[in-house]
Amino acid sequence: MLKTLAAVLAVTLLAGTSALAADISGAGATFPAPVYAKWAEAYKKQTGVGLNYQAIGSGGGIKQITAKTVDFGASDKPLKPDALNQIGLIQFPTVMGGVVPVVNLPGIGAGQVKLTGDLLAKIYLGEIKRWSDPAIAALNGGVHLPNLPITVVHRSDGSGTSFVFTSYLTMKNAAWASKVGANDAVEWPTGQGGKGNDGVSAFVRQTPGSIGYVEYAFAKQNKLTYTKMQTREGEFVDPVAPNFAAAAAKADWAHTPGGSFYMLILDKPGATSWPITAATFILVYKHQDNPAKGQEVLKFFDWAYKDGNGLAEQLDYIPMPEAVKAAVRKKWQEVR
Amino acid sequence: MTALPADQTPKGFAKRVLRPRGATFDPIFGFLCGAAATLLLAALTGVMISLAIGGWPAFAKFGPAFITSTRWNPSPDVVGGEFYGGAGPIVGTLITAFVSLILSLPIAIGVAVFLTEFCPRILRRPIGIAVELLAGVPSIVYGMWGLFVFAPLFAQLVETPVASWTPPPFMADFWNNIIIGDMVPNGSGILSASIILAIMILPFMAATLRELFLTVPAKVRESAYGVGCTPLEVVMSVTLPYVRRSAIGAVMLGLGRALGETMAVTFIIGNAHIFPKGVFAGGSTIASTIANEFAEATTPLHTAALIALGFVLFIITFVVLAIARALLGAQRQA
Repeated sequence: MLKTLAAVLAVTLLAGTSALAADISGAGATFPAPVYAKWAEAYKKQTGVGLNYQAIGSGGGIKQITAKTVDFGASDKPLKPDALNQIGLIQFPTVMGGVVPVVNLPGIGAGQVKLTGDLLAKIYLGEIKRWSDPAIAALNGGVHLPNLPITVVHRSDGSGTSFVFTSYLTMKNAAWASKVGANDAVEWPTGQGGKGNDGVSAFVRQTPGSIGYVEYAFAKQNKLTYTKMQTREGEFVDPVAPNFAAAAAKADWAHTPGGSFYMLILDKPGATSWPITAATFILVYKHQDNPAKGQEVLKFFDWAYKDGNGLAEQLDYIPMPEAVKAAVRKKWQEVR
Repeated sequence: MTALPADQTPKGFAKRVLRPRGATFDPIFGFLCGAAATLLLAALTGVMISLAIGGWPAFAKFGPAFITSTRWNPSPDVVGGEFYGGAGPIVGTLITAFVSLILSLPIAIGVAVFLTEFCPRILRRPIGIAVELLAGVPSIVYGMWGLFVFAPLFAQLVETPVASWTPPPFMADFWNNIIIGDMVPNGSGILSASIILAIMILPFMAATLRELFLTVPAKVRESAYGVGCTPLEVVMSVTLPYVRRSAIGAVMLGLGRALGETMAVTFIIGNAHIFPKGVFAGGSTIASTIANEFAEATTPLHTAALIALGFVLFIITFVVLAIARALLGAQRQA
């Protein structure tokens, strides 16, 4: 009896360690977690190599890869070249998404209200307080906007979504840049904080006259009332997949600072480019303590670049353009 | 054994007979119990010291402003850089905890009195079990229920009527600044969070109070009934005075949970890092701030500020407990 038990235990332990040895581990951003999970499932079926990804947030991902407790880190916020070199990391983008302003205005449907980046910043600064404000009316001739106070809703948790959104406002409005700035969490001048995309959309849904911002996939799947945004060329565009791809195509990935892939896909040229688009990033060490493991990580993302587009699109992520993938594969040669 | 001198054998033998069987294990048992208590103390001190060390960069950088300022700016790139002042969350924590206590204590006493004095025997067990089940519901469930079910109802049935009421002139200032503040009628805010907290701590207090009421000796209560007391008189002049000293423990249990409650509050309080501008306005608590920002805190100072807030919460809980004990002592002497 004891012998059988010991044998069973030994076998399980051995099986456990061998599986662990092959699996790759990562931690970080929550935004791409669903697509990483889908990729991992398909990849395991094909290769037998599993992925253990913990969606603990971008900040946590950076901390964990710095501490070398995972094989790769994931962050929605790209690291600047200095920071990368300091730790000895390289970064590369995997998929893209975008941030979409959503509103609750009685009688107004999706895509009926037009906004500019500057207006959005003024609303979030608390300078524009009512939907009947002449600045909003001037853009929206023919749309009857209710005379409601504007309730601003933002993310309460530190989030890559907030980072992208505040980066855009920083770009479009000088007062925002000097007073609030761009970060995962900022000192919001006004409004209420909801936890996660769910929390923001719940507050928006419950508050007539409110405006919030959520990830594109969340807005699409929940059919939220989005606004049109003004492109750099002055057109007003809808947040739909081709417009995110258009923005990504205009981003100059070949000339990022120090070849670091540091890139914010904000306010890119192009008549249909959605102005608040963003990629999410993977962080790996240039000099791997365990080179075989390092190559396993790259193999996984190589597979994802090659065969993962369909799965990403099913979940409403935007795959990276082929040219970017080629540049990233070249960058991978630096990993040893 | 054989080496023992012959003349000592009877003495040793007698000793062995007199000692109870488990006696050898008594010192071990005592040691284990002592170790458990020491471990608890050591853990408490350890947590406190590590929080103080972890939060030290924030305390050192901002000094008293960490407690008094309401500016909370985690963004390093703006003029002035990062700044962390915790007055908003600290005040929010105290207000929500006390409001929830005020709301739930009378109901908890009511539930406990009903269960011990008035409840038909057949209902006693089901209600008792329901109370205990309610205590077992995870806080995230209360949070989701609060956000998706309670908040819309609260907005429609309470906040909208309250917002449209025009107060008489003599209390207009109080009403507009202290009560309404910058309320957004969507069901979130300090008062909503306090009500959710009250629901969450209610079963803890009710269950503990019921247990306490059951400790009142039957003959004491029966004597009171025997001399013609009504149930109200029995509760007011026998049961409550009898358990008053231990009841503070039940209240502390509730207050402790209210002070530290995280998820449910985060969903519904509105998460504004400001000094609360009214009972209906949005605010934040220490626990909700930590839950919101810890995962994405990338700069060392941001992490330190959150740990420092944790330390402040520790101190608040400690002081509240101490005050409660002091009040209790005063009552006992009176």
